[in-house]
Amino acid sequence: MTKISTLIKKEWAEVFKNKFVLFSVAFMPLIFTAIPLAVLYSIRSSGEMGDFSMEELYSQMAGLCGDMTAAECNQFVIITQFMPLFMMMPVIIPITIASYSIVGEKTTRTLEPLLATPITTIELLAGKGLAAGLPAVFATWVSFMIFVIGGLLMKIESKVMASFFNPLWLIGIFLLGPLLALAAISLAIMISSRTTDPRVAEQISGLFILPLVGLLIAQTTGFLFLNESLITWIAIGVAILDVGLLVFAVQLFQRETILTRWK
Amino acid sequence: MHNGQSMVVAQNLTKKFNRVTAVEQISFEISAGEVFGILGPNGAGKTTTVRILCALIAPTNGNAKVAGFILGKEDQHIRRNVGILTESPGLYDALSAEGNLSFYAKMYEVENIQEQVERYLRLLGLWERRFEPVGTFSKGMRQKLAIARAILHEPKVLFLDEPTSGLDPEMSRLVRDFISELKSEGRTIVLCTHNLDEADRLCDRIAVIKARLLALDTPKALRQKLYGRASVFHLKQMDAAFHKSVESLPFVHSIQAVDNKLVIQLDDPEEHNPDLIRYLVGLGADIQFVGELRRTLEDVYLQLMNVSREN
Repeated sequence: MTKISTLIKKEWAEVFKNKFVLFSVAFMPLIFTAIPLAVLYSIRSSGEMGDFSMEELYSQMAGLCGDMTAAECNQFVIITQFMPLFMMMPVIIPITIASYSIVGEKTTRTLEPLLATPITTIELLAGKGLAAGLPAVFATWVSFMIFVIGGLLMKIESKVMASFFNPLWLIGIFLLGPLLALAAISLAIMISSRTTDPRVAEQISGLFILPLVGLLIAQTTGFLFLNESLITWIAIGVAILDVGLLVFAVQLFQRETILTRWK
Repeated sequence: MHNGQSMVVAQNLTKKFNRVTAVEQISFEISAGEVFGILGPNGAGKTTTVRILCALIAPTNGNAKVAGFILGKEDQHIRRNVGILTESPGLYDALSAEGNLSFYAKMYEVENIQEQVERYLRLLGLWERRFEPVGTFSKGMRQKLAIARAILHEPKVLFLDEPTSGLDPEMSRLVRDFISELKSEGRTIVLCTHNLDEADRLCDRIAVIKARLLALDTPKALRQKLYGRASVFHLKQMDAAFHKSVESLPFVHSIQAVDNKLVIQLDDPEEHNPDLIRYLVGLGADIQFVGELRRTLEDVYLQLMNVSREN
């Protein structure tokens, strides 16, 4: 564990001196939080939208709205559509760090001395992965807190506020987010181990965001709605994917290949 | 300083990268306290050999024991017990000198981290700049810091790959002096270098490789093996008769006249130089002085490379 925590501290000391990385970790989550907050602010007087037909447009969300009024449910449904943003954060942020993690060490020629130490592959990947994942998950949770506090300050209906703590949101933010982060990190590290250019690693790893963009589009266009059951199944699927990706990442991390075939 | 205990035993090490054979059937043994040089041209397999012995890459064939641990079976132990200075310093530019060393000290599980970091920073003259980012350091300073990193955990075997490569003469000398100090402490050092003078001065034994092991011995023995020993007689005036007469002597292997000098190859100069002096004086030669012809390691190296090319 000492080596993992040492590696994490070293990674943070290095990456957070890079202003671009700092921006992606600190500023991007704020923007992603500001968007749903702005929407929440614009619909806070939703009582005037009483003619909205919940059954017609949001029949799939009826179960989630419980005893909310149509207007409250309207607020909740609109805001829930932005929930994938909170799942994108733990994916986008670590990709910037993780995709650079191995290839960056290659290009600066620091990988060989590092691999010459008695660090195991699992310790190395765990250190690199956690260094990328922890700030992302932390930033996401902080953003969610800001979002909730923002909602309270805007005096959003209490039922709507309470709904942000229902299983759908909690699973999304506190379970699926970290699981997605883990998948993105594993993938980014795998790509980082195999490419010769940090930019390529970041570009390819960035493609991982596409399924989440698809989810966002599907939800906003009414193609599907996230509910407790669906998000639980997605979380289970991503957890299984994580196990596979982790095993594959360790298998793919061939010290010899990385050292001798990257020039 | 050797104590006879083998620190590195390499047996028939072979490394192939697809169809390219980087290292072929290399065997040698390095005793504790020995400074062992590996010489060879670019692409000769020096770095590959070092990487194999540091358990960074696996040999295709052959086996080795490093610091008492079996390669391929006890790689973690090997990594813990060897230090390596890689071809390029490979330091974290954003971290300070102290930050770099502290990081590696933790990675190598050094117990007294602060003391060791301070000791080597002071020893290499970097203590005053310990808090500065390594990115601001000169090439020489970076190299010194990389050497400190390699030795920080007091490894049983220290591998130095081109330690003075790209350094200016002053910095090269500083690094060489430091290696001399390490040598005097009785450390086992494997030194890969292009600098033949450096190898000659620092190494107890030298392996000349070009994928295969071309020669292995002390620098002095290598010179003797390839060129034999020769005495140079400086004469006041050269006479063709001297050449002919001396050539006929039974203990003379060969003779060459260069200006006013006779270069005579002998098995045992200590034994035959007095006979030769008497003989030449008898022929009427005025001998100004006599010396031994010293071949440089460069001569030896180039000769070996030529033989290798011809083969």
